[in-house]
Amino acid sequence: MLVLVCYDVNTETSAGRRRLRRIAKVCESTGQRVQKSVFECQVDVAQFEALERRLLAEINPEQDCLRLYRMPQTRGFEVLEHGSFKAVDFDAPLVL
Amino acid sequence: MQLLNTLYVTLPDAWLRLDNDTLRIEVERETRLRVPLHHLTAVVCFGHVGLSAPLMHRLADEGIALVLLDANGRFKARLEGAVSGNVLLRQAQFARGADAAYVLDMARSFVAGKIKNTRQVLQRGAREAKSADEAAVLIRRADDLAASLRVLPEATTLDTVRGVEGEAARQYFSGLPLLVRPDQREHFAMDGRTRRPPRDRFNALLSFLYAMWMNDCRSALEAAGLDPQVGFLHALRPGRAALALDVMEEFRPWADRLALTLINRGQVQADDFDLREGSVSLQGDARKSVVTAYQERKKDEITHPLLAQSLPLGLVPLVQARLLARALRDDAMPYLPFVPR
Repeated sequence: MLVLVCYDVNTETSAGRRRLRRIAKVCESTGQRVQKSVFECQVDVAQFEALERRLLAEINPEQDCLRLYRMPQTRGFEVLEHGSFKAVDFDAPLVL
Repeated sequence: MQLLNTLYVTLPDAWLRLDNDTLRIEVERETRLRVPLHHLTAVVCFGHVGLSAPLMHRLADEGIALVLLDANGRFKARLEGAVSGNVLLRQAQFARGADAAYVLDMARSFVAGKIKNTRQVLQRGAREAKSADEAAVLIRRADDLAASLRVLPEATTLDTVRGVEGEAARQYFSGLPLLVRPDQREHFAMDGRTRRPPRDRFNALLSFLYAMWMNDCRSALEAAGLDPQVGFLHALRPGRAALALDVMEEFRPWADRLALTLINRGQVQADDFDLREGSVSLQGDARKSVVTAYQERKKDEITHPLLAQSLPLGLVPLVQARLLARALRDDAMPYLPFVPR
C-alpha cells in the first residue's frame, strides 16, 4: 500500500531539531521525500507497522505531530502530481 | 505486481552506496537516485560502476542479487547472499527440462516467437518495397511464415517443431535479400543462411550480430539465476548454452533488421569484409562500427506488450529471462516470447 507520512516537529530546541533529523532519516529509509516533511512510502503491512513503530519511538507526543495516511490499492490514481517535483515510481523499471 | 524492481546502472561514473536502508546512486558526488532496498530484488551494473563494501554486505543480507556485467552486457559475476532462491529455480528448470510435454510446449513458444518476429521483418520490407513484384514476393513469403505458425500447434514431437522452424527459416532467408538496397545486392547477395564459416558478407554480418545477441541473452539468463545450458528447443550438449540459444531465437530478427539498416545506410560496405577462401569475416574497424551501432540500437525504446511499458531494447532479454524464470516456477504462467505490438 501507499502510505503518506506527514509531520510537524517543534524545532525551537536542539532536541527538537535532533528529532526532526531522526524522523526524516526513518522516512527516507522507507520511502521518498515528496515535500519537506511529506514522504510517500510503498510498503506492505509489516513494513508499515515497523515504520509506525520507529516513528513513534522518535517523536515527542507533547510537541510534535505525526500523521500517517494509508492509501487504498488502486495504484496510479490516488496521487495527482503537479509542479516541479516528480516522484520516482519504484515499481517501474529503474535504469540509470 | 513486483516484477521489474531491478535497478540497472549503466552510468560508468556512478557510485553506489548504502544510506540507512536505501541504496544511493551518486554521480560526481551528487545524488541521482535513492531507492529503498525493499523495492529491489536485484542490482545490475554495467561496466565500471563503483559500489561500497557496506552496500555489498547489505545486499547479500537482504537477498538482493548483485550482478556485474561488462560495458557490453557480457556476464561477469553475480553476488548472492547465503539464502537464495537460485537452487529452487534451477531445480524447477531441470524438472521442466525432463518433462517431455513441457519441453515441447516451450520449444513451440520459442519457435513461434521467432517466426512472428521474422514475419514482421518481411511484412515491413513488403510495405517499403520499391517495386510491386518484390512486394508481392515478400508478402507471399510472409504468408508462408503464417502457414508455418499455423502448423506449429500440431507439431507433436520436438523434431517436428525443429522441422517447422527450419522450413520457416528457409522461406525467410529466401526473402531477406530483397530487403537489401538494389545497388548493394551484388555485394551482399546471400543464398540462404551459412555459418561456420559464413560464406558471404551478409552471413558474416549476421553471424557477428547473432554472437552479440547471444552474449546478451546468456548474460540475461545468468542474471536471472537460470542455467543457460539447460534448454528446451536446442538439444543439450556439453559446452552449449542451449537455453541462451532458445531465448535468442526471438531476438534474431532484431539482428537481421540491424544488419539490413547497416547495409542500406552504407554504414557497412563491401570492402569492410575479409574475403578468404570459403569464409568471409568482418574487418577490425568495421567490427567496431557494428558494435557501436548495436549498442545504439539497444537504446531504442520498445513497447513490451506484456508489461505494456516502454523500455530500451537492450533490457528486453533481461525482462524475458525473468519472465522465463517465473514461468518455470509457476504453472499458471506460460512463457510468452517477446513479440512487439
